[in-house]
Amino acid sequence: MPFPAGDTLLILPELFLTAAASFVLLWATFVSRPRERGLAFFSIGALAATGLLLFVSARMAGTLPRSAFGGMFAMDRFGLYFKGILLLVGIVTILFSLRFISVSPYPGGEYYGLILFSTVGMLFMASGTHLASIVVALELMALSQYVLAGYFKRETKSLEASAKYFVLGAFSSGVLIYGISLVYGAAGTLSLAGIATAFTTAKPPAFLVIGIIFVGCGMFFKIASAPFHVWAPDVYEGAPTPISAFFAVGPKLAAYAIFARIFFVGFGPRAGDWSAIIAASAALTMVVGNVGALMQTNVKRLLGYSSIGHAGYALLGLLAYGDASGIGLWSILVYLLAYAFMNLGAFGLVILLESKGYAGESVDDFNGLAAKNPWLAAAMLVFLLSLAGIPPTAGFVGKYFLFSAAMKAGWFWLSLLAVLMSAVSLFYYFRIARAMYLVEGEGTLHWREEPAVSAAIALCAAGTLAMGILPGPFVQFARTCLLPFGP
Amino acid sequence: MSFATFHPFGADLLTTLVFLPTVGALVLAFFPASSKAGAKAVGLLTSFLTFAVSAKITLGFDPATATPSAFAIDRAWIPRFGIRYQLGVDGLSLALVLLTTVLTVSVLLVSCGQEIEKLRGYVAAFLLLETGMLGSLVALDTLLFYVFWEVMLVPMYFIIGIWGGKRRIYATMKFFLFTMAGSLLMFVAILYAANVHLKATGFQSFSLVDWTRAASSGAWNLTPGAEALLFGAFTLAFLVKVPLWPLHTWLPDAHVEAPTGGSIILAGVLLKLGTYGLLRFAFPLFPRAAARYGPLLAVLALVGIVYGAWVAAAQKDMKKLVAYSSVSHLALVVLGIVAGTGAALSGAVFQMVGHGLTTGLLFLLVGVLYSRRHTREMADFGGIAARVPVTTTLFVVAALGSIGLPGLNGFIGEFLILGGVFQVNVAWAAIAATGMILGAIYLLTLIQKVFWGPETVPANRSLTDINAWELAGAFPLVVLIVLLGVFPRPLLNLVDGSVKTLQRVSAPRAAAVIARPAGKDAFERLEVHELPAPREEIAR
Repeated sequence: MPFPAGDTLLILPELFLTAAASFVLLWATFVSRPRERGLAFFSIGALAATGLLLFVSARMAGTLPRSAFGGMFAMDRFGLYFKGILLLVGIVTILFSLRFISVSPYPGGEYYGLILFSTVGMLFMASGTHLASIVVALELMALSQYVLAGYFKRETKSLEASAKYFVLGAFSSGVLIYGISLVYGAAGTLSLAGIATAFTTAKPPAFLVIGIIFVGCGMFFKIASAPFHVWAPDVYEGAPTPISAFFAVGPKLAAYAIFARIFFVGFGPRAGDWSAIIAASAALTMVVGNVGALMQTNVKRLLGYSSIGHAGYALLGLLAYGDASGIGLWSILVYLLAYAFMNLGAFGLVILLESKGYAGESVDDFNGLAAKNPWLAAAMLVFLLSLAGIPPTAGFVGKYFLFSAAMKAGWFWLSLLAVLMSAVSLFYYFRIARAMYLVEGEGTLHWREEPAVSAAIALCAAGTLAMGILPGPFVQFARTCLLPFGP
Repeated sequence: MSFATFHPFGADLLTTLVFLPTVGALVLAFFPASSKAGAKAVGLLTSFLTFAVSAKITLGFDPATATPSAFAIDRAWIPRFGIRYQLGVDGLSLALVLLTTVLTVSVLLVSCGQEIEKLRGYVAAFLLLETGMLGSLVALDTLLFYVFWEVMLVPMYFIIGIWGGKRRIYATMKFFLFTMAGSLLMFVAILYAANVHLKATGFQSFSLVDWTRAASSGAWNLTPGAEALLFGAFTLAFLVKVPLWPLHTWLPDAHVEAPTGGSIILAGVLLKLGTYGLLRFAFPLFPRAAARYGPLLAVLALVGIVYGAWVAAAQKDMKKLVAYSSVSHLALVVLGIVAGTGAALSGAVFQMVGHGLTTGLLFLLVGVLYSRRHTREMADFGGIAARVPVTTTLFVVAALGSIGLPGLNGFIGEFLILGGVFQVNVAWAAIAATGMILGAIYLLTLIQKVFWGPETVPANRSLTDINAWELAGAFPLVVLIVLLGVFPRPLLNLVDGSVKTLQRVSAPRAAAVIARPAGKDAFERLEVHELPAPREEIAR
């Protein structure tokens, strides 16, 4: 069926990025390895230009939110908030990869192309308002990522990560789609707004609950929350480290965007059916992630488990669905921004160490970092404090709003558990701080050796501190990016 | 008030006070790591300026101020969520602010006279710590308080962990985890209380001023169970910091492993923040729970007094001995707070300052000996009085001050507390007094074993006396110990307004625990506020 021409304008940024990604793939076949840097800078430019286009097309679209393509796609501030962060994540990932890929034995052309394609998928996810378009976008993102996880194709660990990610990812997509089919059977439509209307007007059939549970399970897999979290540490450990950083932040944010959209907008009227499931998963995820991280000596696995724990904290925001102030949703938005800054930063340090010939993965590799380079150690300390939720950092602000949202919604025991788990997390985060400051190490590490990674780390550290010291503007901004929903 | 309106850097006085040390630490970051002279100069200059600001605030302070409202600042920090950048002082916080700024100057002076590796980081850590401490003391928004409270932890973690002794990593982790567990509990309690406040009044606020008003007017309408939980969470967080028996086990480890400066600040200020928290938050916000569980706290405090003193008497390591004596002395302060009479509260606040000075000085002097001999075992010394006469004199003054000899500051605090406790419960006072006797025993034994008698250890022949820098650091402490012992009035006047407020809050509590009908006995005269308070004397 024909769509009005104005609709194309709304997806202009995504179209542009798709074209840029295809161009990178084509160009890659003509580029010699030493010149691959140009591809990376082109990709960064493309991501930045997409950001600019987002701004332009949002301006030209007039009053937001605007729906397009028969309710498949929506341009609203909620989606734009996520897209802004996702583009930033893409840029930081490429900065992390510059040298990492150029010294590896694998060509970088497809690598950058796949990052761009995956980002296109995530951008569409952030705007998807129809279960069909959401699934297609999700698969575009996921397929690019299965390849990226196994990019170091002669390394067993990388292949193992890719295989695990693919098999479990495909399985979870199956679960998700099966759940969607049940929802379709109950509601007669796949558009989220339509589903909401169908559920408010008529009494839905009993099997709908099963559909909602199945969709929830698919979502739990994508955000790596228990009991569907097992893949995360293995994949983070095996994938090339810049890709681990990308996985830990990008897909998770995009998955949270669709999670919030499906459950708030689509399943909102049925909140009674799903809040208990989410509460159970949140509790389990916080415990599994934080207790699991305690046992890790590999920093990538440790960050993997810690990111599971963080997924659990963010679930608390979904539970505050009913609060009229929208605190449930904007506390997630604030938290995810904080999470992006601090988690990317922490992975950046791992990449930096790896480039110095340390395996970069053992906690011991951080030994004496404070003496080698006090600035980098200070940046890592900021990330660790933030991850542990200690003020004055972004992580504290994020946790504060999430926990008070949960408490306001009456989930007192969950917020208590969350605080307890934050205490547990201190043990393992401070093992790294301890290695950096209290243990002697050898050698030096100058930021000039890795200017791109250092710049990205500086950006993340500045973001983490700015959000921690002056949270006001960030919170105010997030509050303007809520979904058009109401309890 | 001309003092309040003069803003040296465009910032108000309290903001200047809190963040001046941070500025110093940031300036240090631009000095080369090897520049010891630069670190010393920046550290001393910053800490002196901070002290000057605190002195200026004290001079402009009206001692009649009953609530922490002097020099108040109130700005939105996270707008629309009731989270404010709200600062203010009363006599109680101001007394501890002065203690903090004086002790920081002292610590940095001493560090100039001793060989310390990575001096730049050391000085920066102490300056950041000072910001945390001062911020906790002047913050009136509970969330802001929590932020500063946590900010204190990190520099202390590094001070013990980097510059500490052999088992420093174990000690610093233990310190960190104990305190952090306590403060996370407080965090939940803050969130819960904010929720209660929102439901009861319809306003989102974290301001202690709002909370106290709502709590005392009964607007919070808490069930006894909820009040007990909230009181328990706040109190537990503060008691870990104090630390009250049986939560004290991190303290001896932390003290023994901490460098000299770390011990001075730990004993001098950080422990006081625990009792400050009780006085500022736990007791005024939850008076009924405080009345109900006061006797339980009193029992713990009594055990702490006797246990701390008893264990101190058995120590061979000088630092450990002083550390356990802190456990005992701080338990006495808690007992005074629980008793809640005017005399007991004045004594408790006085003793908080007094203990900071005497114990700070004791740790300083043990540190002087340690820096020369690298041992703290009493058996490694003996008869060194002739070799180090100045150190000996100072040590004796500090020890006698700690024991509570009349004419030195410890006497005033202990006497007021014991007198106030006596009014409430004679048995408590009697048991607490035994702690004082034990205190005399272990400290005099220490002096006997270390300083008097014949010189027994040959290695001590080369022992050198306290040097000029160290003496400069010890000087303000010893002067204050003597001055406060002879003229306690300025300090008592300074805290008078706060004590009256605290007493009003705890009036039902005192009534609940006084077994006899209201005692119009001799000790009533101890009530400080009944004495005519000549305002001219104050801090001039």
